Amino acid sequence: MVSKALVMGPNDNVATVIEDVEPGTSVPVTVEGKTRNIKVKQRIPFGHKFAVSKISKGDKVIKYGEVIGLATQPIEEGEHVHVQNVESVYSKELVQERRERK
Amino acid sequence: MSFQGFRRDDGTVGTRNHLLTISTVVCANQVAVNVANNVEGVVHITHPLGCGHLGADFMRVFSALVGFGRNPNVAAALVVGLGCENVPAKLVADEIAKSKKPVQYINIQDEGGTLKATKRGMEILLGLSEEASEFEREKCDLSELILGLECGGSDATSGLVANPAVGVAADMIVRAGGTVILPESTEWIGAEHLLAKRAINEETVKKIYATVDKYISKVLSLGIDIRGTQPTPGNIAGGITTIEEKSLGNICKAGHSPIQGLLEYEEKPPGKGLYLMDEPGLDVESITGLAAAGSQIITFTTGLGTPVGSPIAPVIKITGNHRTFEKMGDNLDIDVSPVLEGKETLQQSGERILKEIQVVASGKMTKAEILKNREFAVYRAYQYMV
Repeated sequence: MVSKALVMGPNDNVATVIEDVEPGTSVPVTVEGKTRNIKVKQRIPFGHKFAVSKISKGDKVIKYGEVIGLATQPIEEGEHVHVQNVESVYSKELVQERRERK
Repeated sequence: MSFQGFRRDDGTVGTRNHLLTISTVVCANQVAVNVANNVEGVVHITHPLGCGHLGADFMRVFSALVGFGRNPNVAAALVVGLGCENVPAKLVADEIAKSKKPVQYINIQDEGGTLKATKRGMEILLGLSEEASEFEREKCDLSELILGLECGGSDATSGLVANPAVGVAADMIVRAGGTVILPESTEWIGAEHLLAKRAINEETVKKIYATVDKYISKVLSLGIDIRGTQPTPGNIAGGITTIEEKSLGNICKAGHSPIQGLLEYEEKPPGKGLYLMDEPGLDVESITGLAAAGSQIITFTTGLGTPVGSPIAPVIKITGNHRTFEKMGDNLDIDVSPVLEGKETLQQSGERILKEIQVVASGKMTKAEILKNREFAVYRAYQYMV
Protein backbone atom coordinates (compact mmCIF):
# COMPACT_ATOMS: atom_id res chain seq x y z
CA MET A 1 0.00 0.00 0.00
CA VAL A 2 1.48 3.33 -1.02
CA SER A 3 0.52 6.65 0.50
CA LYS A 4 1.05 10.40 0.37
CA ALA A 5 2.46 10.18 3.89
CA LEU A 6 5.53 8.27 5.03
CA VAL A 7 6.03 6.60 8.38
CA MET A 8 9.80 6.41 8.76
CA GLY A 9 10.35 3.84 11.48
CA PRO A 10 8.98 1.46 14.08
CA ASN A 11 6.80 3.04 16.82
CA ASP A 12 6.56 6.37 14.98
CA ASN A 13 3.58 8.49 16.05
CA VAL A 14 4.00 11.00 13.21
CA ALA A 15 3.83 10.68 9.42
CA THR A 16 5.62 12.98 6.96
CA VAL A 17 3.64 14.14 3.92
CA ILE A 18 5.18 13.97 0.46
CA GLU A 19 2.85 16.56 -1.06
CA ASP A 20 0.83 19.48 0.35
CA VAL A 21 -2.30 18.10 2.04
CA GLU A 22 -5.41 20.26 2.55
CA PRO A 23 -7.45 20.28 5.81
CA GLY A 24 -10.07 17.52 6.02
CA THR A 25 -8.24 15.22 3.57
CA SER A 26 -8.24 11.53 4.50
CA VAL A 27 -4.69 10.21 4.15
CA PRO A 28 -3.97 6.47 4.22
CA VAL A 29 -1.14 5.74 6.65
CA THR A 30 0.55 2.39 7.21
CA VAL A 31 1.67 1.88 10.79
CA GLU A 32 3.26 -1.49 11.63
CA GLY A 33 1.73 -3.18 8.60
CA LYS A 34 -1.81 -1.88 9.19
CA THR A 35 -3.19 0.78 6.88
CA ARG A 36 -5.94 3.16 7.94
CA ASN A 37 -7.18 6.57 6.93
CA ILE A 38 -6.38 9.60 9.03
CA LYS A 39 -8.23 12.88 8.49
CA VAL A 40 -5.76 15.77 8.75
CA LYS A 41 -6.95 18.79 10.72
CA GLN A 42 -4.83 21.56 9.20
CA ARG A 43 -3.04 22.19 5.93
CA ILE A 44 0.19 20.13 6.05
CA PRO A 45 2.88 21.38 3.65
CA PHE A 46 5.30 19.01 1.85
CA GLY A 47 7.91 17.66 4.26
CA HIS A 48 5.86 18.50 7.38
CA LYS A 49 4.35 16.02 9.84
CA PHE A 50 0.97 15.11 11.32
CA ALA A 51 0.16 12.89 14.31
CA VAL A 52 -0.96 9.32 13.50
CA SER A 53 -2.21 8.86 17.06
CA LYS A 54 -3.15 11.06 20.01
CA ILE A 55 -0.07 12.46 21.77
CA SER A 56 -0.50 13.78 25.34
CA LYS A 57 1.36 16.79 26.70
CA GLY A 58 4.88 15.71 27.69
CA ASP A 59 4.76 12.53 25.58
CA LYS A 60 7.56 11.54 23.23
CA VAL A 61 7.22 12.47 19.57
CA ILE A 62 8.75 9.61 17.56
CA LYS A 63 10.06 9.70 13.99
CA TYR A 64 12.69 7.40 12.39
CA GLY A 65 11.89 5.14 15.37
CA GLU A 66 13.59 7.66 17.70
CA VAL A 67 12.51 10.50 20.00
CA ILE A 68 12.71 13.79 18.10
CA GLY A 69 11.15 15.85 20.94
CA LEU A 70 8.37 16.14 23.53
CA ALA A 71 4.82 17.42 23.02
CA THR A 72 4.36 20.83 24.70
CA GLN A 73 0.56 20.49 24.49
CA PRO A 74 -1.93 17.71 23.71
CA ILE A 75 -1.84 16.75 20.02
CA GLU A 76 -4.86 15.13 18.35
CA GLU A 77 -4.62 12.48 15.64
CA GLY A 78 -4.34 14.26 12.28
CA GLU A 79 -2.96 17.47 13.80
CA HIS A 80 0.07 19.31 12.39
CA VAL A 81 3.13 18.41 14.51
CA HIS A 82 5.80 21.09 14.45
CA VAL A 83 7.55 23.82 16.48
CA GLN A 84 4.21 25.10 17.86
CA ASN A 85 3.58 21.87 19.80
CA VAL A 86 6.95 20.08 20.06
CA GLU A 87 10.19 20.99 21.84
CA SER A 88 13.62 19.47 21.45
CA VAL A 89 14.89 17.57 24.49
CA TYR A 90 18.42 18.21 23.27
CA SER A 91 17.98 21.98 22.91
CA LYS A 92 16.24 22.22 26.30
CA GLU A 93 19.18 20.48 27.97
CA LEU A 94 21.54 22.75 26.04
CA VAL A 95 19.87 25.87 27.46
CA GLN A 96 20.16 24.31 30.92
CA GLU A 97 23.85 23.58 30.34
CA ARG A 98 24.49 27.21 29.29
CA ARG A 99 22.68 28.57 32.37
CA GLU A 100 24.82 26.32 34.58
CA ARG A 101 27.97 27.51 32.83
CA LYS A 102 27.02 31.12 33.54
CA MET B 1 21.49 -14.12 0.70
CA SER B 2 24.58 -14.19 -1.43
CA PHE B 3 26.74 -12.53 -4.10
CA GLN B 4 29.54 -13.62 -6.41
CA GLY B 5 32.87 -12.51 -4.97
CA PHE B 6 36.61 -13.22 -4.98
CA ARG B 7 37.78 -15.20 -1.99
CA ARG B 8 41.22 -14.13 -0.74
CA ASP B 9 43.88 -16.16 1.06
CA ASP B 10 43.20 -14.38 4.37
CA GLY B 11 39.53 -15.46 4.25
CA THR B 12 38.09 -12.09 3.25
CA VAL B 13 36.01 -11.62 0.12
CA GLY B 14 36.40 -9.00 -2.59
CA THR B 15 33.74 -7.55 -4.88
CA ARG B 16 36.48 -6.51 -7.33
CA ASN B 17 39.76 -7.99 -8.50
CA HIS B 18 41.88 -4.86 -8.82
CA LEU B 19 45.60 -4.62 -9.33
CA LEU B 20 46.60 -1.57 -7.32
CA THR B 21 49.61 0.68 -7.69
CA ILE B 22 50.18 2.75 -4.56
CA SER B 23 52.34 5.85 -4.60
CA THR B 24 53.71 6.37 -1.09
CA VAL B 25 54.76 9.98 -1.64
CA VAL B 26 53.91 12.87 -3.94
CA CYS B 27 57.38 12.54 -5.53
CA ALA B 28 56.53 9.03 -6.78
CA ASN B 29 53.11 9.89 -8.25
CA GLN B 30 54.23 10.13 -11.89
CA VAL B 31 55.98 6.76 -11.88
CA ALA B 32 52.90 5.19 -10.27
CA VAL B 33 50.76 6.71 -13.05
CA ASN B 34 53.20 5.64 -15.79
CA VAL B 35 53.16 2.06 -14.59
CA ALA B 36 49.39 1.91 -14.07
CA ASN B 37 48.58 3.47 -17.45
CA ASN B 38 50.64 0.92 -19.35
CA VAL B 39 49.35 -2.29 -17.81
CA GLU B 40 45.78 -3.47 -18.33
CA GLY B 41 43.39 -3.49 -15.38
CA VAL B 42 45.55 -1.49 -12.97
CA VAL B 43 44.13 1.25 -10.74
CA HIS B 44 46.40 3.62 -8.87
CA ILE B 45 46.35 5.98 -5.91
CA THR B 46 48.28 9.23 -6.03
CA HIS B 47 48.10 12.09 -3.52
CA PRO B 48 50.04 15.14 -2.28
CA LEU B 49 51.11 13.31 0.92
CA GLY B 50 53.85 10.95 2.10
CA CYS B 51 56.52 13.15 3.67
CA GLY B 52 56.89 15.29 6.79
CA HIS B 53 54.07 13.59 8.70
CA LEU B 54 54.32 13.39 12.46
CA GLY B 55 52.76 11.00 14.98
CA ALA B 56 49.04 10.56 14.48
CA ASP B 57 49.16 12.28 11.10
CA PHE B 58 51.77 9.76 9.89
CA MET B 59 49.48 6.94 11.00
CA ARG B 60 46.51 8.39 9.09
CA VAL B 61 48.47 8.42 5.82
CA PHE B 62 50.20 5.09 6.48
CA SER B 63 46.92 3.35 7.43
CA ALA B 64 45.20 4.68 4.31
CA LEU B 65 47.87 3.22 2.01
CA VAL B 66 48.08 -0.08 3.91
CA GLY B 67 44.28 -0.31 4.24
CA PHE B 68 43.84 0.13 0.49
CA GLY B 69 46.42 -2.56 -0.20
CA ARG B 70 44.78 -4.93 2.26
CA ASN B 71 41.20 -4.30 1.09
CA PRO B 72 39.88 -7.60 -0.32
CA ASN B 73 38.87 -5.79 -3.55
CA VAL B 74 42.61 -5.67 -4.31
CA ALA B 75 44.09 -8.89 -5.74
CA ALA B 76 47.71 -7.72 -5.71
CA ALA B 77 49.59 -4.49 -5.15
CA LEU B 78 52.71 -2.64 -6.27
CA VAL B 79 54.01 0.05 -3.91
CA VAL B 80 56.05 2.83 -5.54
CA GLY B 81 58.22 5.10 -3.40
CA LEU B 82 60.98 7.60 -3.99
CA GLY B 83 63.33 6.18 -1.34
CA CYS B 84 63.94 8.93 1.21
CA GLU B 85 60.33 9.72 2.19
CA ASN B 86 58.77 9.57 5.63
CA VAL B 87 56.27 6.85 4.58
CA PRO B 88 58.66 4.13 3.29
CA ALA B 89 57.46 1.86 0.47
CA LYS B 90 58.99 -1.24 2.11
CA LEU B 91 57.08 -0.63 5.36
CA VAL B 92 53.80 -0.18 3.45
CA ALA B 93 54.43 -3.35 1.40
CA ASP B 94 55.37 -5.39 4.50
CA GLU B 95 52.12 -4.42 6.23
CA ILE B 96 50.03 -5.24 3.14
CA ALA B 97 51.80 -8.61 2.86
CA LYS B 98 50.25 -9.61 6.21
CA SER B 99 46.97 -10.04 4.31
CA LYS B 100 48.78 -12.85 2.42
CA LYS B 101 48.26 -11.24 -1.00
CA PRO B 102 51.05 -10.74 -3.56
CA VAL B 103 52.70 -7.35 -3.00
CA GLN B 104 55.99 -5.86 -4.17
CA TYR B 105 57.65 -2.46 -3.90
CA ILE B 106 60.15 -0.33 -5.79
CA ASN B 107 62.00 2.86 -4.94
CA ILE B 108 62.83 5.31 -7.74
CA GLN B 109 66.20 6.16 -6.15
CA ASP B 110 67.17 2.46 -5.99
CA GLU B 111 66.08 1.75 -9.57
CA GLY B 112 67.99 4.72 -10.97
CA GLY B 113 65.37 7.21 -12.18
CA THR B 114 61.94 7.43 -13.72
CA LEU B 115 62.54 5.32 -16.84
CA LYS B 116 64.15 2.40 -15.04
CA ALA B 117 61.59 2.53 -12.22
CA THR B 118 58.72 2.58 -14.73
CA LYS B 119 60.20 -0.40 -16.57
CA ARG B 120 60.74 -2.35 -13.34
CA GLY B 121 57.24 -1.49 -12.11
CA MET B 122 55.70 -2.69 -15.38
CA GLU B 123 57.65 -5.96 -15.22
CA ILE B 124 56.35 -6.59 -11.70
CA LEU B 125 52.76 -5.76 -12.67
CA LEU B 126 52.98 -8.02 -15.71
CA GLY B 127 53.61 -10.97 -13.38
CA LEU B 128 51.03 -9.89 -10.80
CA SER B 129 48.44 -9.38 -13.54
CA GLU B 130 48.84 -12.89 -14.92
CA GLU B 131 48.43 -14.30 -11.44
CA ALA B 132 45.44 -12.10 -10.50
CA SER B 133 43.58 -12.74 -13.76
CA GLU B 134 43.20 -16.38 -12.79
CA PHE B 135 41.03 -15.58 -9.77
CA GLU B 136 37.39 -16.52 -10.33
CA ARG B 137 34.21 -15.31 -8.67
CA GLU B 138 32.47 -17.77 -6.39
CA LYS B 139 29.30 -17.77 -4.32
CA CYS B 140 29.82 -15.80 -1.11
CA ASP B 141 27.50 -15.04 1.76
CA LEU B 142 26.20 -11.52 2.35
CA SER B 143 27.64 -11.81 5.87
CA GLU B 144 31.10 -11.35 4.26
CA LEU B 145 30.24 -7.82 3.15
CA ILE B 146 31.30 -4.60 4.84
CA LEU B 147 29.01 -1.86 3.55
CA GLY B 148 30.13 1.76 3.98
CA LEU B 149 27.48 4.49 4.18
CA GLU B 150 28.11 7.99 2.91
CA CYS B 151 25.96 10.96 1.96
CA GLY B 152 26.74 14.34 0.48
CA GLY B 153 25.17 17.16 -1.48
CA SER B 154 22.02 16.54 0.55
CA ASP B 155 18.64 18.17 -0.03
CA ALA B 156 15.14 17.77 1.44
CA THR B 157 14.70 14.38 -0.26
CA SER B 158 17.78 12.93 1.50
CA GLY B 159 16.20 12.68 4.97
CA LEU B 160 12.76 11.95 3.52
CA VAL B 161 13.50 9.00 1.24
CA ALA B 162 17.10 8.27 0.20
CA ASN B 163 18.58 7.85 3.71
CA PRO B 164 15.61 5.96 5.24
CA ALA B 165 15.56 3.63 2.19
CA VAL B 166 19.29 2.91 2.61
CA GLY B 167 18.52 2.30 6.31
CA VAL B 168 16.14 -0.49 5.29
CA ALA B 169 18.92 -2.10 3.20
CA ALA B 170 21.51 -1.60 5.98
CA ASP B 171 19.25 -3.38 8.48
CA MET B 172 18.78 -6.29 6.06
CA ILE B 173 22.57 -6.64 5.67
CA VAL B 174 23.06 -6.64 9.46
CA ARG B 175 20.25 -9.20 9.84
CA ALA B 176 22.01 -11.36 7.22
CA GLY B 177 25.12 -11.31 9.43
CA GLY B 178 26.99 -8.60 7.52
CA THR B 179 28.73 -5.42 8.63
CA VAL B 180 27.79 -1.76 8.11
CA ILE B 181 29.89 1.35 8.89
CA LEU B 182 28.37 4.80 9.52
CA PRO B 183 30.94 7.63 9.32
CA GLU B 184 30.35 11.46 9.42
CA SER B 185 30.65 11.96 13.20
CA THR B 186 30.07 15.73 13.01
CA GLU B 187 26.58 14.96 11.75
CA TRP B 188 25.71 12.94 14.84
CA ILE B 189 25.54 16.19 16.87
CA GLY B 190 21.97 16.50 18.15
CA ALA B 191 21.36 12.77 18.07
CA GLU B 192 24.38 11.48 20.01
CA HIS B 193 22.12 10.55 22.96
CA LEU B 194 19.99 8.46 20.58
CA LEU B 195 23.05 6.71 19.13
CA ALA B 196 24.40 6.15 22.67
CA LYS B 197 21.11 4.47 23.61
CA ARG B 198 21.69 1.92 20.84
CA ALA B 199 25.29 1.13 21.84
CA ILE B 200 25.82 -2.41 23.12
CA ASN B 201 28.33 -1.47 25.84
CA GLU B 202 29.40 1.38 28.11
CA GLU B 203 32.74 1.81 26.32
CA THR B 204 30.93 2.65 23.08
CA VAL B 205 28.58 5.05 24.88
CA LYS B 206 31.60 6.93 26.28
CA LYS B 207 33.29 7.00 22.87
CA ILE B 208 30.17 8.40 21.17
CA TYR B 209 29.90 11.30 23.65
CA ALA B 210 33.66 11.93 23.63
CA THR B 211 33.74 12.04 19.82
CA VAL B 212 30.84 14.47 19.51
CA ASP B 213 32.16 16.62 22.40
CA LYS B 214 35.51 16.88 20.59
CA TYR B 215 33.86 18.61 17.61
CA ILE B 216 31.51 20.75 19.74
CA SER B 217 34.50 21.99 21.83
CA LYS B 218 36.57 22.76 18.73
CA VAL B 219 33.84 25.03 17.40
CA LEU B 220 33.07 26.45 20.87
CA SER B 221 36.71 27.56 21.06
CA LEU B 222 35.90 29.86 18.13
CA GLY B 223 33.03 31.33 20.15
CA ILE B 224 30.30 29.53 18.20
CA ASP B 225 27.86 26.97 19.57
CA ILE B 226 26.75 25.06 16.47
CA ARG B 227 24.11 23.23 18.47
CA GLY B 228 22.19 26.44 19.20
CA THR B 229 21.75 27.30 15.52
CA GLN B 230 19.99 24.05 14.55
CA PRO B 231 17.59 23.49 12.89
CA THR B 232 17.97 26.58 10.73
CA PRO B 233 14.93 28.76 9.82
CA GLY B 234 15.05 27.15 6.35
CA ASN B 235 14.94 23.67 7.92
CA ILE B 236 11.94 24.69 10.05
CA ALA B 237 10.11 26.08 7.00
CA GLY B 238 10.81 22.74 5.30
CA GLY B 239 9.19 20.82 8.17
CA ILE B 240 12.16 19.91 10.40
CA THR B 241 11.09 20.59 13.98
CA THR B 242 14.12 19.79 16.18
CA ILE B 243 17.88 19.22 15.95
CA GLU B 244 17.23 15.55 16.78
CA GLU B 245 15.02 15.21 13.72
CA LYS B 246 17.59 16.91 11.48
CA SER B 247 20.47 14.69 12.62
CA LEU B 248 18.30 11.57 12.37
CA GLY B 249 17.59 12.46 8.74
CA ASN B 250 21.25 11.69 8.15
CA ILE B 251 21.97 8.80 10.51
CA CYS B 252 18.76 6.93 9.66
CA LYS B 253 20.72 5.53 6.69
CA ALA B 254 22.30 3.15 9.21
CA GLY B 255 18.89 1.68 10.05
CA HIS B 256 17.92 0.62 13.55
CA SER B 257 20.50 -2.03 14.43
CA PRO B 258 22.38 -2.04 17.75
CA ILE B 259 25.75 -0.24 17.60
CA GLN B 260 28.64 -2.64 18.18
CA GLY B 261 31.41 -0.06 18.53
CA LEU B 262 32.97 3.19 17.40
CA LEU B 263 35.93 2.88 15.05
CA GLU B 264 38.80 5.28 14.56
CA TYR B 265 39.19 6.64 11.02
CA GLU B 266 40.38 3.77 8.75
CA GLU B 267 39.99 1.17 11.54
CA LYS B 268 38.78 -2.27 10.46
CA PRO B 269 35.62 -3.41 12.29
CA PRO B 270 36.60 -6.14 14.79
CA GLY B 271 33.27 -7.98 14.34
CA LYS B 272 29.97 -8.06 12.48
CA GLY B 273 27.01 -5.71 12.75
CA LEU B 274 26.69 -1.92 12.74
CA TYR B 275 29.74 0.22 13.61
CA LEU B 276 30.24 3.98 13.77
CA MET B 277 33.42 5.61 12.42
CA ASP B 278 34.88 8.93 13.58
CA GLU B 279 35.29 11.03 10.44
CA PRO B 280 34.13 14.63 10.03
CA GLY B 281 31.89 14.25 6.98
CA LEU B 282 33.95 15.23 3.94
CA ASP B 283 32.82 13.02 1.08
CA VAL B 284 36.11 11.78 -0.37
CA GLU B 285 37.90 11.53 2.99
CA SER B 286 34.94 9.54 4.22
CA ILE B 287 34.93 7.13 1.27
CA THR B 288 38.72 6.72 1.62
CA GLY B 289 38.37 5.93 5.34
CA LEU B 290 35.64 3.37 4.63
CA ALA B 291 37.69 1.63 1.91
CA ALA B 292 40.82 1.65 4.11
CA ALA B 293 38.73 -0.01 6.85
CA GLY B 294 37.94 -2.85 4.45
CA SER B 295 34.56 -1.83 2.97
CA GLN B 296 34.14 -3.70 -0.31
CA ILE B 297 31.11 -1.63 -1.31
CA ILE B 298 29.78 1.84 -0.47
CA THR B 299 26.38 3.50 -0.86
CA PHE B 300 26.30 7.27 -1.35
CA THR B 301 23.00 9.12 -0.94
CA THR B 302 22.74 12.55 -2.52
CA GLY B 303 20.10 15.13 -3.33
CA LEU B 304 22.10 17.45 -5.60
CA GLY B 305 24.25 14.78 -7.28
CA THR B 306 28.01 14.15 -7.26
CA PRO B 307 30.45 12.24 -9.48
CA VAL B 308 32.90 10.96 -6.82
CA GLY B 309 34.00 7.36 -6.48
CA SER B 310 36.86 5.31 -5.05
CA PRO B 311 39.88 3.68 -6.75
CA ILE B 312 38.98 0.29 -5.26
CA ALA B 313 35.42 0.20 -3.86
CA PRO B 314 32.31 0.46 -6.02
CA VAL B 315 30.25 3.47 -4.88
CA ILE B 316 26.49 3.21 -5.56
CA LYS B 317 24.85 6.66 -5.87
CA ILE B 318 21.27 6.90 -4.67
CA THR B 319 18.99 9.92 -4.91
CA GLY B 320 15.42 10.69 -3.91
CA ASN B 321 15.36 13.72 -6.19
CA HIS B 322 13.97 12.77 -9.59
CA ARG B 323 15.07 16.04 -11.24
CA THR B 324 18.66 15.41 -10.12
CA PHE B 325 18.46 11.85 -11.44
CA GLU B 326 17.29 13.16 -14.82
CA LYS B 327 19.88 15.94 -14.90
CA MET B 328 22.90 13.97 -13.61
CA GLY B 329 22.00 10.44 -14.65
CA ASP B 330 25.58 9.75 -15.68
CA ASN B 331 26.64 10.06 -12.02
CA LEU B 332 23.71 8.31 -10.32
CA ASP B 333 22.75 4.64 -10.06
CA ILE B 334 19.42 4.42 -8.23
CA ASP B 335 16.38 6.71 -8.20
CA VAL B 336 14.21 6.22 -5.11
CA SER B 337 11.93 9.16 -5.94
CA PRO B 338 9.03 6.75 -6.75
CA VAL B 339 8.49 6.82 -2.95
CA LEU B 340 7.72 10.54 -3.21
CA GLU B 341 5.26 9.89 -6.00
CA GLY B 342 3.47 7.29 -3.88
CA LYS B 343 4.49 4.53 -6.32
CA GLU B 344 6.79 2.64 -3.98
CA THR B 345 7.14 2.21 -0.20
CA LEU B 346 10.38 2.87 1.71
CA GLN B 347 10.55 -0.87 2.36
CA GLN B 348 10.35 -1.62 -1.39
CA SER B 349 13.02 1.00 -2.15
CA GLY B 350 15.26 -0.51 0.52
CA GLU B 351 14.82 -3.97 -1.01
CA ARG B 352 15.69 -2.54 -4.43
CA ILE B 353 18.87 -0.98 -2.97
CA LEU B 354 19.86 -4.29 -1.34
CA LYS B 355 19.39 -6.08 -4.66
CA GLU B 356 21.61 -3.50 -6.41
CA ILE B 357 24.25 -3.95 -3.68
CA GLN B 358 24.25 -7.71 -4.40
CA VAL B 359 24.42 -7.18 -8.18
CA VAL B 360 27.21 -4.58 -7.93
CA ALA B 361 29.07 -6.77 -5.41
CA SER B 362 28.87 -9.53 -8.05
CA GLY B 363 30.49 -7.39 -10.76
CA LYS B 364 28.05 -4.87 -12.24
CA MET B 365 29.90 -1.58 -12.58
CA THR B 366 28.64 1.62 -10.98
CA LYS B 367 28.52 4.93 -12.87
CA ALA B 368 31.49 6.18 -10.84
CA GLU B 369 33.53 3.14 -11.93
CA ILE B 370 32.52 3.41 -15.59
CA LEU B 371 33.48 7.09 -15.66
CA LYS B 372 36.76 6.38 -13.80
CA ASN B 373 35.98 8.41 -10.69
CA ARG B 374 38.80 7.26 -8.43
CA GLU B 375 39.13 10.01 -5.83
CA PHE B 376 41.42 9.55 -2.84
CA ALA B 377 41.87 11.93 0.11
CA VAL B 378 42.99 11.32 3.69
CA TYR B 379 41.44 12.97 6.76
CA ARG B 380 44.58 14.48 8.26
CA ALA B 381 45.23 14.55 11.99
CA TYR B 382 46.94 17.91 11.73
CA GLN B 383 47.93 19.70 8.60
CA TYR B 384 50.62 22.11 9.72
CA MET B 385 53.60 22.03 12.03
CA VAL B 386 53.16 24.75 14.62
